[in-house]
Amino acid sequence: MYLLIILLPLIGTLITGLGGRWLGRKGSNLFSTACVIMCFFLSLFAFFEVGLCGVPCYITISSWISSGALNISWGFLFDSLTTTMLIVITSISSLVHVYSIKYMEYDPHCPRFMAFLEIFTFFMILLVTADNFVQMFLGWEGVGLASYLLINFWYTRLCANQAAIKALIVNRVGDFGLSLGIFTIFYLFGSVDYEVVFSSASVYLNHTIYIFGIYINTLTLICVFLLIGAVGKSAQLGLHTWLPDAMEGPTPVSALIHAATMVTAGVFLIIRCSPLINLAPNVLFLITILGSSTAFFASIVGVFQNDIKRVIAYSTCSQLGYMILVCGLSYYNVGMFHLVNHAFFKALLFLSAGSVIHSLSNEQDMRRMGSLMYNLPVTYSSMLIGSLSLAGFPFLTGFYSKDLIIEITQISYYSNLQITIGIFACWLANISVFFTAFYSFRLIFMTFIKNSNSSRNHMNIIHESPKLILIPLIILAIASIFAGFLTKDLFVGAGSDFWGNSINMLPITYNLSEVEFISTSIKWLPFILSTLGAVFAYLINIGFLKNNIKFAYSSKFKKLAFALSKKLYWDKLYNSLIVSFLMHFGLNISFKNIDRGFIELLGPYGISRTLYNFSFNIIKIQTGQITHYTFFVITGLCLLLLFVPFWTFLERLVDIRLVIFSFFALFAVWSDKTS
Amino acid sequence: MITQLYCENYTFFLFMIGVLGIFLNQKSIIIIIMSLEMMFLSVSFNFIFFSVYLDNIVGQLFALAILTVAASESSIGLAILVIYYRIRSTITIELMTLTKG
Repeated sequence: MYLLIILLPLIGTLITGLGGRWLGRKGSNLFSTACVIMCFFLSLFAFFEVGLCGVPCYITISSWISSGALNISWGFLFDSLTTTMLIVITSISSLVHVYSIKYMEYDPHCPRFMAFLEIFTFFMILLVTADNFVQMFLGWEGVGLASYLLINFWYTRLCANQAAIKALIVNRVGDFGLSLGIFTIFYLFGSVDYEVVFSSASVYLNHTIYIFGIYINTLTLICVFLLIGAVGKSAQLGLHTWLPDAMEGPTPVSALIHAATMVTAGVFLIIRCSPLINLAPNVLFLITILGSSTAFFASIVGVFQNDIKRVIAYSTCSQLGYMILVCGLSYYNVGMFHLVNHAFFKALLFLSAGSVIHSLSNEQDMRRMGSLMYNLPVTYSSMLIGSLSLAGFPFLTGFYSKDLIIEITQISYYSNLQITIGIFACWLANISVFFTAFYSFRLIFMTFIKNSNSSRNHMNIIHESPKLILIPLIILAIASIFAGFLTKDLFVGAGSDFWGNSINMLPITYNLSEVEFISTSIKWLPFILSTLGAVFAYLINIGFLKNNIKFAYSSKFKKLAFALSKKLYWDKLYNSLIVSFLMHFGLNISFKNIDRGFIELLGPYGISRTLYNFSFNIIKIQTGQITHYTFFVITGLCLLLLFVPFWTFLERLVDIRLVIFSFFALFAVWSDKTS
Repeated sequence: MITQLYCENYTFFLFMIGVLGIFLNQKSIIIIIMSLEMMFLSVSFNFIFFSVYLDNIVGQLFALAILTVAASESSIGLAILVIYYRIRSTITIELMTLTKG
């Protein structure tokens, strides 16, 4: 049964992808969706068995690589963390499958799309179920590949190609860090199995490695490398630029990749490696800084986006920042809890946005929408539920995890734990709450409530989406309301032993009971902030601030808004500083100057031309005049006789091969200059 | 008195004059052949001087051999010269650039 969870998506993708021509549109839809739904029910059962009954399951199939000390086997590990991830992946994936049946109805490449969705699910499942780092890396790379295929699904579009390549390459930067981390893990532990690495990690607490002339704590180095991997995959600040661009794919793809599965892989990695990361306090510090900066940055940038999918993409980025920052404070179970909840309401938001786009004939700009709540009541309700959940409205799913995260950052103020970095995280997280609510409600107002800006052609044919699109929305909306409440006691409840050994919490900083006793006014703070954000969004979009031209056109605000709508020039900075520099280096320096220049000059081209020039010059010596010939004969004889007494002495000083080589090298440079 | 050193000097300078005569003259092949004869002469002198000085007959034998070789060489050379003149109707060395590289 456990292996079927992994195999079903693989079978689905192989048959849909290779046999799509014979299965046809309906056949491939049915087959792939059936595969992934079966997979979902199996993983529910696995969740029951592993998580609730507390029976982790280890399956080793066969040896994969066996070379000296390196032994890697195909092994699958089902513990609480894995099964929780499995629930998230397979449930979102099956809903997305069902959703895409209608959403991609008129697309000519439906079997291919289904196969790509399925292969994505397969690699993600491979990632979370692996019991060693290398197999996890296989899933990690496979997810990147699948994201390339999916973002680039409409491969005739230029910007889809560019976005897919960007996603793949920016991810590759992180993957490089992760692979370095795996190499270092093998160097230190001599094994890449989770059980070996995590159980023996504390032995190497003071192990240092000599690298680039300095001694570095090896565990810190490993964790930094793993963090780089997580930063790439989870779109943290620095490598976040691919996530908003990846909206070029179809909307179900965004829901699958950028809400529930792919971007959570980085958070999953950090949670999985919690036994390692706990032993490197410096890296926890770094994780907190990165996470809170990402949350803040993405939330303020999200405010000024006008593309409905980009707003949600930035909110994904921001929520991932929350997850990472709470992992940095060493509350991995809370990070995981938020990951699960976030998957539900973010998939809901993306799929609702897809429904809006579908109804509006592929219009994505929020400025050209409005008053859709009369036309699309179900989509409106689900989008509202998703946004309220995202903004942390009490008793919805987002509330239970997000408020908990903010309260955890608050206890650094009010307890004697002295987590200085928590204060930084606390400020940024609280400001982000405000902006999160602001842009969520801005999206609601601009899309559903404001006066319509759509063209009449669109409004004439507008219709609520078909049932196959609405059913996933309704299921996700129900999940977005209840999932947090239902699983709160299981995941982060007091004394819950659900996680077992799958997560290692740092006992010094782990103090969830402290959270329960911070003062009531502080507990109200996130709610007040998000309400303020919603009220501001109302005032600016609909209320009396709507026509406040004086403020909106003031030069300072305009500058700020422009900079923010350009994502704080992050892409521009990367393009001008790194990308164009590397492109220039690649073309002009490494290709033109070194490869085709210097090496060619010393190599075949240079030597042949040198010899040619040299012989040409020597030929010119032969004038045909007998007197000249005689002169050279006699002079040459005299010179030779002159050097004979010194020859035994000179022989020791110079190597004749070196002389000949340097002679030719000099001649090559000289002849290149002259001609 | 004619010492060994003097003889050396005479033959050397005679030889050098022959050498310079070959590559300083631009005009006539005949001068080259004459310079060649002069070089042969100086070498023969040298052999004879050394033969006397070392009291060894081999040097004089060699001088005789060189005499024959020089005679035959100059006759062949003059024959080539005559043929060359018959074809080109000039014996100026400057114009002999057919072996240009």
